Amino acid sequence: MKLERRLTQPWWLSVAVPVGSLVVAFALMGVVLALTGHSAWETYRKIFEAGFTGNGAMSATLISATPILFTGLAAAAAFRMQLFNIGAEGQLYLGAIGASWIALQLGDRDVTSTPVFAVAMCVAAAVLGALWASIPGVLRAFARTNEIITSLMLNYVAGLLLTYLIFDSSSYWRDTSTLQARSFPQGKPMPEASNWPTFGSSVVVPLGFLIGILVALGLWVLYTRMRFGFEVGVIADSPRAARYAGMRTRRKILSVMALSGAIAGIGGASQIGDFTYTLDGSPTGLQAAAFGYTGIVVAALARYNPFAVCLVAVLIGGLLNAGYTLQGPDFPSGLVGVMQGIILFCALGGELLLRYRLRITRVRAGKPVAEASL
Amino acid sequence: MTGITKRFPGVVANDGVNFEAASGEVHALLGENGAGKTTLSNILTGLYRQDEGEIELWGERIRFHSPRDALDAGICMVHQHFRLVEPFSVAENVVLGDHRGEGRRVILRTSATERRVDELSQRYGLAVNPKSKIWQLSIGEQQRVEILKALYRDARVLIMDEPTAVLTPQEAEKLFDTLRTMAGEGKTVIFISHKLHEVKAVADRVTVLRGGKTVTTVDAAPATPRSLASLMVGREIDVAPPLEQARQLADVRTLEVDGLTVLGDRGETAVNDVSFAIREGEIVGVAGVAGNGQRELAEALSGMRDIRAGSVRVAGRPLRGGDPREAIRAGVAHVPEDRLGTGLAPSLSVTSNVVIKTYRSRSLSHGPLLALRRMRETAVGIIGRYDVKTPGPGTPVRNLSGGNLQKLVLGREFANDPLVLVVAQPTRGLDVGAIETVHSYLRDAAAKGVAILLMSEDLDEIRALADRILVIYEGEIVGELHAGAASVEEIGLLMAGGARE
Repeated sequence: MKLERRLTQPWWLSVAVPVGSLVVAFALMGVVLALTGHSAWETYRKIFEAGFTGNGAMSATLISATPILFTGLAAAAAFRMQLFNIGAEGQLYLGAIGASWIALQLGDRDVTSTPVFAVAMCVAAAVLGALWASIPGVLRAFARTNEIITSLMLNYVAGLLLTYLIFDSSSYWRDTSTLQARSFPQGKPMPEASNWPTFGSSVVVPLGFLIGILVALGLWVLYTRMRFGFEVGVIADSPRAARYAGMRTRRKILSVMALSGAIAGIGGASQIGDFTYTLDGSPTGLQAAAFGYTGIVVAALARYNPFAVCLVAVLIGGLLNAGYTLQGPDFPSGLVGVMQGIILFCALGGELLLRYRLRITRVRAGKPVAEASL
Repeated sequence: MTGITKRFPGVVANDGVNFEAASGEVHALLGENGAGKTTLSNILTGLYRQDEGEIELWGERIRFHSPRDALDAGICMVHQHFRLVEPFSVAENVVLGDHRGEGRRVILRTSATERRVDELSQRYGLAVNPKSKIWQLSIGEQQRVEILKALYRDARVLIMDEPTAVLTPQEAEKLFDTLRTMAGEGKTVIFISHKLHEVKAVADRVTVLRGGKTVTTVDAAPATPRSLASLMVGREIDVAPPLEQARQLADVRTLEVDGLTVLGDRGETAVNDVSFAIREGEIVGVAGVAGNGQRELAEALSGMRDIRAGSVRVAGRPLRGGDPREAIRAGVAHVPEDRLGTGLAPSLSVTSNVVIKTYRSRSLSHGPLLALRRMRETAVGIIGRYDVKTPGPGTPVRNLSGGNLQKLVLGREFANDPLVLVVAQPTRGLDVGAIETVHSYLRDAAAKGVAILLMSEDLDEIRALADRILVIYEGEIVGELHAGAASVEEIGLLMAGGARE
């Protein structure tokens, strides 16, 4: 029995492997559940209901899915060029800061048009997210520093900045209107008109989710149909070949990092506009959710394909959402974590089968696909 | 070794290979690239394990589980790319990885090792100072260190994988003397090569591999290069292509290089004050031992490396240097030494690689959008015109064989109607058939007026193709010869820096 590298990947494999991984994951979880004295079937039914089919479940799932859709797309956009932007977390905070600032500003100027708010918030968030991501981008392009480390470290800086903006007594973002707000730091509420609209009645779709899908579509076009994407593909595969062909690698690093940061930033705007309606800077707020890190997992599971990111974000969103529902006196949160872990483990393990194949017996090698040189 | 079979996904590298070598002989393993020579030696040194077949050493059946087993059994290999630790001294490298004696000690007795290394190097004529650090040594000296490593471990079987690629003809002759001394002491030397005259010069017997199978084993003395070549290729071929008659060339200087100085990867001066010109339709060969500035010169001309001093002019227009896009626009085509990785992006499709330099052009893109269909058509055109064997234009290029990769690169570069073509090692690793094709493509390009700078480690290739030969040594042009008049000895002497002394 041995693992062999695949020379070609049949197309059906990219569907069969994720589905197979899920089946294996559920089988493994069945064992864990049985060992801890739970009915596996009953638990799965509950997960499915709480995550997807139950009353209002899908709406709740979309709330969890929206931010990780953005951070997933942000990660996918950068990872496609082998640029490991781990900083979607911080870029999302900066997006939230930018979006809330512009919303408060426009509110002070008595703007009441929601579309104006939405557009302005997205633009401000994208700009701030892009600028934040450009710090590791510039360092990578001109000083060859490792973007993994710099973007990761900037997450903590962004987190502290967020906390500071809410805890600083004279901060523009801090609500000081009531006595309670003066003693317990919290963000100013956003003007009414800045709350983003939702669509649908039985399933409530937040505007942010729709924007996310548009972004995914845009990314797909950019990466498969445009010169930009062609260059990204060459740089990802062989930076030397890219240089040889006269591509401007530095410029591409800067723009891909900025793009990635902008997408994560819009995720921050969506948090303000769709859900929280205030900048939540406390360590238990935006920072506790770890949207940025979950987004990396989403991107990896989706194999950096923007459409798959949409699907995976909803799936993971559903699981997160079901996790909250499942937790109870007889179902510890640790067990929920174990189940989520098993699913991720199996999904990532399945990746191996996409690139390698298992050969059990000593059969003669098939017809060579092309002459392989030794 | 009997019935050795080794399979890799999609290819059988060794298919029932039989090989035996006696002690006290130099046994050559001859075959084209991809014939399975390296795989076989990797099995013999325990790096790979055979799928089928037996290995017997001195009549005893053995089975290696790791390279260390092979080392313990007295089998050592000198790889094409040396396994040396650069900041360590010669003596330190020699004891490194010696699992029996000195190498296992916690505290090294360097002086004892140095004495032993000195002794060995004198006995076998491997002049090298045991105290020198590896990075201070020339490539030829580093190879001697590799051989000393094997001798120090009392190797009874020494495998040399293409040892002469990095040597001048004179250095190679010295190496052959050493190998014969070793064989004279009863050791077995296995000499892997695809160069016929070397095999003839050094070996007692020759085993020929073709397509992963043993063709035959013959005595070297009665064999001729021609008979060996036909065994290797499986058909009759002309070993030495006839020299081209000196052609009439127009007096148009397409490429002019004046006082060019270029830095290497470590900031050293790799190309020093080099001046030459190539006329329209002329092929100028650059001969030199690997690592004497050829790569840096090619990269400077193609814009991949900054120009420190001097000037490069293409059709009279100067290049700023350091910008591949500028060089491409000026009409400089480049076939790099490293085809897969620099010349091509390995995981991308044939189509993507064909348009890698031209995707910006108006015919292949609508504004920022790519014209995917026309890209594909362009690729299909090049595949057809240059006879690239591929399952289709969507196949990742890393699945193509070396010859087809080179045809693809050449086809792409020619398609852009270049004025100047810089080619480095165009036929390294190719089989004889592909070499002929590549040579004919280069001749055709020259006939159309392209000025070609040909860098090759293969002197026969340069002599067969070039109108003029420049010899490069330590980054300087040390000689210029007319191809028809130059002898191998003369070029070899210049390559070794003979003009300096």
